[in-house]
Amino acid sequence: MTNHWIDLKNSDCILVMGANPAENHPISFKYVMQAKDNGTRLICVDPRYTRTAAVADIYTPLRSGTDIAFLGGMIKYILDNELYQKTYVANYTNAQFIVNEQYGFKDGLFAGFDPEAKRYDRTKWAFETDTKGVPKRDVTLQHSRCVLQLLKAHYARYDLKTVSKITGTSQKSLLEVYKAFTATGTSSLAGTVMYAMGWTQHSKGVQNIRAMSIIQLLLGNMGLAGGGINALRGESNVQGSTDHALLFGSWPGYLKVPRDSDKSLAIYNRKNTPESNDPHSVNWWKNYAKYSVSFLKSMFGENATADNDFGYEWMPKCKDGRSYSWWRLFEAMWHGRIKGFFAWGMNPAASCGNVNIIRECLTRLDWMVHVNIFDTETSAFWHGPEMKPEEIKTEVFSLPACTWVEKEGSITNSGRWMQWRYIGPKPLGQSKSDGHILLELGAKLKALYAEGGKFAEPIRNLKWDYTTDGEFDPHKVAKEINGYFLEDVTIDGKIHKKGSLVPSFVHLHDNGRTSSGNWLYCNSYTEAGNQSARQGQRDAPNNIGNYPEFAWSWPLNRRIIYNRAAVDLKGQPWDSRHWVVRFDGQVNDGKYVGGNWAGDVIDGGGMPLQHPDGSENDNGRYPFIMRPQGVGQIYGPRLLDGPFPEHYEPLESPIAENFISSQRRNPLLRYAKKVDLPAQADSRFPIVCTTYRITEHWQTVTRSIPWNLELQPRVFVEMSHELADMKKIKTGERVLVENSRGKLECTAVVTHRFKPMKIVDQTVHQIGIPWHFGWRWPAGGSEGSVNVLVAAAVDPVSEIPEYKAFMVNLSKISQRMKP
Amino acid sequence: MSKGFFIDTTRCIACKACQVACKQWHNLPAEKTTNHGNYQNPPDFSHITYKLVRMNEEIIDGKLNWLFFPDQCRHCLIPPCLLWAQNSDAIYQDEDTGAVVYTSETRNLKAEDIIGACPYDVPRRDSSGMLNKCTMCNDRVKLGMEPACVKTCPTGTLNFGDLEHMHELANERFEKVRLTYPDARLLDPDDVRVIFLTAFAADKYHKYAKRWKSR
Repeated sequence: MTNHWIDLKNSDCILVMGANPAENHPISFKYVMQAKDNGTRLICVDPRYTRTAAVADIYTPLRSGTDIAFLGGMIKYILDNELYQKTYVANYTNAQFIVNEQYGFKDGLFAGFDPEAKRYDRTKWAFETDTKGVPKRDVTLQHSRCVLQLLKAHYARYDLKTVSKITGTSQKSLLEVYKAFTATGTSSLAGTVMYAMGWTQHSKGVQNIRAMSIIQLLLGNMGLAGGGINALRGESNVQGSTDHALLFGSWPGYLKVPRDSDKSLAIYNRKNTPESNDPHSVNWWKNYAKYSVSFLKSMFGENATADNDFGYEWMPKCKDGRSYSWWRLFEAMWHGRIKGFFAWGMNPAASCGNVNIIRECLTRLDWMVHVNIFDTETSAFWHGPEMKPEEIKTEVFSLPACTWVEKEGSITNSGRWMQWRYIGPKPLGQSKSDGHILLELGAKLKALYAEGGKFAEPIRNLKWDYTTDGEFDPHKVAKEINGYFLEDVTIDGKIHKKGSLVPSFVHLHDNGRTSSGNWLYCNSYTEAGNQSARQGQRDAPNNIGNYPEFAWSWPLNRRIIYNRAAVDLKGQPWDSRHWVVRFDGQVNDGKYVGGNWAGDVIDGGGMPLQHPDGSENDNGRYPFIMRPQGVGQIYGPRLLDGPFPEHYEPLESPIAENFISSQRRNPLLRYAKKVDLPAQADSRFPIVCTTYRITEHWQTVTRSIPWNLELQPRVFVEMSHELADMKKIKTGERVLVENSRGKLECTAVVTHRFKPMKIVDQTVHQIGIPWHFGWRWPAGGSEGSVNVLVAAAVDPVSEIPEYKAFMVNLSKISQRMKP
Repeated sequence: MSKGFFIDTTRCIACKACQVACKQWHNLPAEKTTNHGNYQNPPDFSHITYKLVRMNEEIIDGKLNWLFFPDQCRHCLIPPCLLWAQNSDAIYQDEDTGAVVYTSETRNLKAEDIIGACPYDVPRRDSSGMLNKCTMCNDRVKLGMEPACVKTCPTGTLNFGDLEHMHELANERFEKVRLTYPDARLLDPDDVRVIFLTAFAADKYHKYAKRWKSR
């Protein structure tokens, strides 16, 4: 989240789309309800009327997979009616930037598309720049190739009629949502969006979110209290996981993983260090090398020196242009290139797309180590449905892990708040914490490699001293993550002794004098103590629920990021009711001669862009400090699949064509043709299916717990009365859902909360199934995983599967199953 | 001090945390359930289910509503079950808090009569004949704590405190809610110490939501 959970209460309008927080983030509704108490309207857009819709002021359905059409229509509405926040857009976004002549868009494709390679040549999308490399601007916003005009041209096709045609949403409902949300374009109002997997789990997931980012920039909602782009993470610590480099393509703190062609540390650092010659742009990533070198020092300790490029050579590199996402791993397993597999706190045989194929992949392994708190479809795959154990040679090791209450450590929530957790009961039986298991594994590897082995240096040189009295010590890890001074360093006349903790990432060095396991977390565990363990109950003077003394947030305990955009050009809040930051300046002759920022930790320091007399402040800084040009990107020149979001149909769709272009699907969409067997307007599979979570269960974990199972005992499929009548299905009856990838027996929940949609002259039915279940629990195997039906088709950037929209058919099972 | 609940169903998101918290506090086992074609489970009160979120889809004035009703014993001011039982060893009213308390002696009562006397169809018997229902977490309340369900409710649907204060809260919310929902009402506020606020007529939520047939 750019903002955080409590901040939701400050919002003037909450749009929930691609999410169902009443069910899946119920605690957040404490704050949503507080917002509603203040008159805030809650808008819910979802193919299905959920428990969120039940308490929404405005609910409207849409066809699963058409979010960009819906949001594109909103963009057009904002532009046509000039509802954008003009000063904000002109000064804080790249709306004025001029794009080079080679850019173009025609019939669903941007300029530079290579159909063979299925990639775009993004140099065609670059800005026109001056001799210093600074993008040229048109302050009148009239130039035909300035971003705002290109935006208008792109979304001109997203008129109400077309959007309604694609989404199945009535024009009346579209307008109702557009009017309500775009009212927050007023500078003193802030609207926010709560989104989750309903947006990400599509073959255009990243572009779904881009569309909303454009809207939030146009409306001037980024950086404000009650504004922002709020991703509701799917697990309580997945934010922490991605921060600490769970994803293959990053090093901790979202540094980039090096590629084969990054032959040296210098080349790698140079490639990833953007340059900006605009004096107003902070360009924070210019500090890249300080973070990458400090990280290497944390990895290899004293063994990393300037002479050996700080151990850069010992870090794994990815091949250029290659992806190592989850489904590539399974693809490699399929082809026998990966023989061993750690399934660590993950249950791919129930939770990944095309789960029948995943299970088959596991049979091709030599060995698997399963670390989890219970026996899952993954560890037990070899005696699952249709498996022949006598023919499977995979050796499975099950290591029992303890649960989160049985160990000490931290989690980082969606709002970037890192919170320390203490041990409750001791681990049950022989179960151990993940930290303990990892440390033992690493120690054993080090012992083995000490005697030789292929390319032993990385393991031998790894810093691995995270135990105290033989036990895993999370404090040691947390401190390493924060970082140390590795020699005496003097800063502003103060000596920071060797071995002391670095107070902030502004003090990290690129020459080996500091270490930091994750620069973003530098400031979280300092000489002042473990900041994430704080429980201060006082709110800050701006009284917006930031509670800066409770826990710790990255970066530098900033609670709302991009908060520089929450003020006007002179540094005064757009919204005085919920002010985030404010420049309290000393003024002399109409000019700021000094001053400081009150409120939240200011993004990037420096001064406001203008003096009180309206003249330009040379020390002024643009608000979006992580971008080289310092402004929010309405036009995104670097994304793989386009600078503007464009509607494409999902891999599988009920209609024969894309109404808005002849490019049916995301041109960069990848899927496994032989096993995904996609259905296109296929009469065998005419029903749109989506998957989701429900309050009563958590991932695939809680099915073995009686109190959860009591609430939701069986896998079910929700369908409209109309569809049930057509199929002669009664509520509570067991039915079969199937497609070319698999079949699932589930209980019919016949409901008013799904309604058939009219897409032109075609009636489209949508159904939905929760994915919490799998054959392993409850014992008996009757409640299967819906992911047998999902394809492995993935978003080109994130490589997340399209769990939210695929095609199936539905039928009665001739005999009623006894409950 | 005479205690009470105010339950604002317009804030309920049917997360069922209240159902589970109740079971956790009272150490009640889970029931073996099946899916009857909707989200409500268990389907009704039982000797091991004292708190139940009832969930009804209702089309009102052409608009779909999904109505949530976190049902429980009303701890009536003058409890019909207590009057019918005439046995203060089995059913009594806590002088301080007003909680209507059932003991194990309820197994000596005629269960069908007690259940039949309850306008809200709340008490349930177990195999020994003992009757069970919400205890108002009287053990917690006597120590200055909130009932388990109230403590866990994230949205402020469930409120607990001095009955007078609950009445104030109920009236305040009623005035606010009826601006959006003209049909909003408080259910039997003069008869119970668990006051429900609903957006629509009681029978849309549950046959036994209200004491008298709604007009």
